[in-house]
Amino acid sequence: MTAPCDKAAISFVLDGEDVPFHDGETIMQAAARAGRYIPHLCWHPDFTPHGSCRLCIVKAGGRTGAACTLPAVAGQEVESDTAELNAHRKTLLQMLFVEGNHFCPSCEKSGNCLLQATAYQMGMEGPHFEEFYPSRPVDASHPDILIDFNRCILCELCVRASADVDGKRVFAIGGRGIGTRLLVNSASGRLADTDMAPDDRAASVCPVGAILPKRRGFAIPIGQRRYDTESVADQAHAEGGKP
Amino acid sequence: MDIERETLSAVLGRHGRDPHALVQILREVQEQTGWLPRDLLGRVAGELELTLAHVEGVAGFYRFFHTRPVGRYRVLFSNNITDRLLGSVGLMADLCRRLGVAPGQVGGDGLVSVARTSCTGLCDQGPALLVNHRHVITRLDAQRVEQMAELIRTQVPVPLWPAAWFQVDDNIRRADVLLGAPLQPGIAVAAALARGPQATLDELKASNLRGRGGAGFATGLKWELCRNAPGATRVVVCNADEGEPGTFKDRVLLTRHADEVFEGMTVAALVVGARQGLVYLRGEYRYLLEPLQAVLRRRRDQRLIGNAIGGRPGFDFDIAIHAGAGAYVCGEESALIESLEGKRGTPRIRPPFPVERGYLGQPTTVNNVETYVAASHIAVRGGAWWAGIGTPRSTGTKIHSVSGDCARPGIYEYPFGTRIVSILEDCGTRDTQAVQVGGPSGTCLSAFEFGRRIAFEDVPTAGAFMVFDRSRDMFEVARNFAHFFAHESCGFCTPCRVGTELVMRRMDKLAHETGGGRGSRHDIEVLFELDKLMHSTTHCGLGASACNSLRDTIAKFRPAYERHLQSLHFEPGFDLDAELSVARSMTGRRDPGAHLEPEAP
Repeated sequence: MTAPCDKAAISFVLDGEDVPFHDGETIMQAAARAGRYIPHLCWHPDFTPHGSCRLCIVKAGGRTGAACTLPAVAGQEVESDTAELNAHRKTLLQMLFVEGNHFCPSCEKSGNCLLQATAYQMGMEGPHFEEFYPSRPVDASHPDILIDFNRCILCELCVRASADVDGKRVFAIGGRGIGTRLLVNSASGRLADTDMAPDDRAASVCPVGAILPKRRGFAIPIGQRRYDTESVADQAHAEGGKP
Repeated sequence: MDIERETLSAVLGRHGRDPHALVQILREVQEQTGWLPRDLLGRVAGELELTLAHVEGVAGFYRFFHTRPVGRYRVLFSNNITDRLLGSVGLMADLCRRLGVAPGQVGGDGLVSVARTSCTGLCDQGPALLVNHRHVITRLDAQRVEQMAELIRTQVPVPLWPAAWFQVDDNIRRADVLLGAPLQPGIAVAAALARGPQATLDELKASNLRGRGGAGFATGLKWELCRNAPGATRVVVCNADEGEPGTFKDRVLLTRHADEVFEGMTVAALVVGARQGLVYLRGEYRYLLEPLQAVLRRRRDQRLIGNAIGGRPGFDFDIAIHAGAGAYVCGEESALIESLEGKRGTPRIRPPFPVERGYLGQPTTVNNVETYVAASHIAVRGGAWWAGIGTPRSTGTKIHSVSGDCARPGIYEYPFGTRIVSILEDCGTRDTQAVQVGGPSGTCLSAFEFGRRIAFEDVPTAGAFMVFDRSRDMFEVARNFAHFFAHESCGFCTPCRVGTELVMRRMDKLAHETGGGRGSRHDIEVLFELDKLMHSTTHCGLGASACNSLRDTIAKFRPAYERHLQSLHFEPGFDLDAELSVARSMTGRRDPGAHLEPEAP
């Protein structure tokens, strides 16, 4: 019998293998720490969970839920890397691709993009659904930062980073349904009229190519970038065990 | 501009410049200004110490808030399938034609705008519409539309329009224990006070009352969890955001049985230990706001709310009404709480549940209008009495909103366990093809299932009962529901935001009216696949149930779909030859393979 204070000894079972967790951790937090990959886009270890992209969907205790918001439960069987859930993930990725305008070959983020890397990881070979081709003008008003709304996947990491880390509240979410979009907080609605700075956390947190630094195009050649050399899953395995 | 400034400072003052009142502030300002220009949003943001983007985000979330100019007369046709069956589509086209305005546009130099809105909860007396978000017009017909066009053109103020148009009937066709025996104001509160909080809770638990909003969670248990949750203060919330298309029983309860609703809330307050009560009234029922506030004033005078209720020192509880602004998702209890807090109505991550951390972090019990009415009766007559009605797992009665193809649409109260066929007989139906029970997110039943019973263990329902006879195209019913969910998705999670849009586009592709009937079996397979995905991956129940009617109708009324299929294989959503014909003409092709349309004379 384990002593109740021995918290490191409690664990749940992820795809047949034990994952230890601390009291109050989510399935995602514990899995990431243990170097176990659960696909995700809107989750980031430094920020409060959001649960909107739904890529991290798992089956826990007979129900499906987002690993980033489900509290880990001792002894619970959690399924993640199954054919059914990976098929769902692939469809969710295809939805995100057709919803925006994602042209990887011409995107500066290609190779460093979590959306692209996760799509490769899930074996996505095409959009499957008809493209929506929305009309979304870019905001190039800021001297140092570009926003290309065409690539925004509404993960709200920039919203959270700007509010929680930078203390600036530069972003918010507007509209609803398929018209949901990222808003910039200024009288003109343009980034130039905010106090956003290039070294803000919000300027670097974007997992896709929606918020990019200006004048830094293709500094690292395609083919040598983060996910070109190692898959997103392998990187998650390597990250595990680090503090 | 000065008028705007005065309006704004009066509204802000009324709400103590509380940023959590943002939705109410925007609604009350817009009632004066007509719409919400961006500089006005900026002033609201400045006064409340919120960012402009935040205020803009909230304003842009609710359909009844206008961030672009609208007509001085804003006409919104209810777009529920029952309104459409009664001819709303043609009536709206007629009104637009008479006023020379396109749907969704502003016409006549800012005079009028005409658009559609989700179900207005007047299905038993449709087709219905809303004018300027505070007047409802029922029983539309060609004559009313003709007169209305004239009244708008001559700019007659809406309150001076024919009074008969605004008449909303209760249409109570079958009353049982709740509708048949109204309680004297105060009697339930007195009974609960005499019994004490714990014993009252015990009666609730003994009654096995389950929530009437659809999910069917045990009410006694919910109250107990709220009562036992850590926290200094607690809140009782009434969910009167009756947004499920085809449901209108809460409208009738709020019209005729408001005392029992407030009484049930007061009993809940005694049990859980709450001092604050909130009613979330859907924006479509804005016209009920003043009558409900009058009931609250009277109850305050009668010391049935306020301080020392029923003469009991320390039992202080008051109720305020928050009007919504057109968002179905706010019927989900955590989205409702977000909206009460003045934010976008996005469902929260759960846990924590509202009973642990709800309105402004306080333990909060959110219950349906009908649940509070039932609770007030249980407080008077006891749990055993209620448990003796209905079935063991679904106790008591249920109030149904019956509409569609029947002779006597209206409100019907039955004990749980009643068969579908009995309701069909009572409301006067013939040649019935299908019944949609519980609204678009509920269950679609075909004729061979009419022997089934209304009960949580058989056919559960939140109260809608829409009847379709054999002349109706069930594909069009499902397509209307697909439009509804795409219209109402909050946009937070990927599968619902994109999935409801994909489903709607597929259904439109299949429809002759909009897609040229270019459907194939492949499209039906994609619909199946989307249903499966959304059912298991969405953030909240709205997305999870958005394809229920699709799944049911494909399974039970497949010929209705197959009539729309052009081939059994893939068909693109466009005509390839037509798209290429311009290019082929330009390159001088004239061969038969070019499929050129004969040139116009």
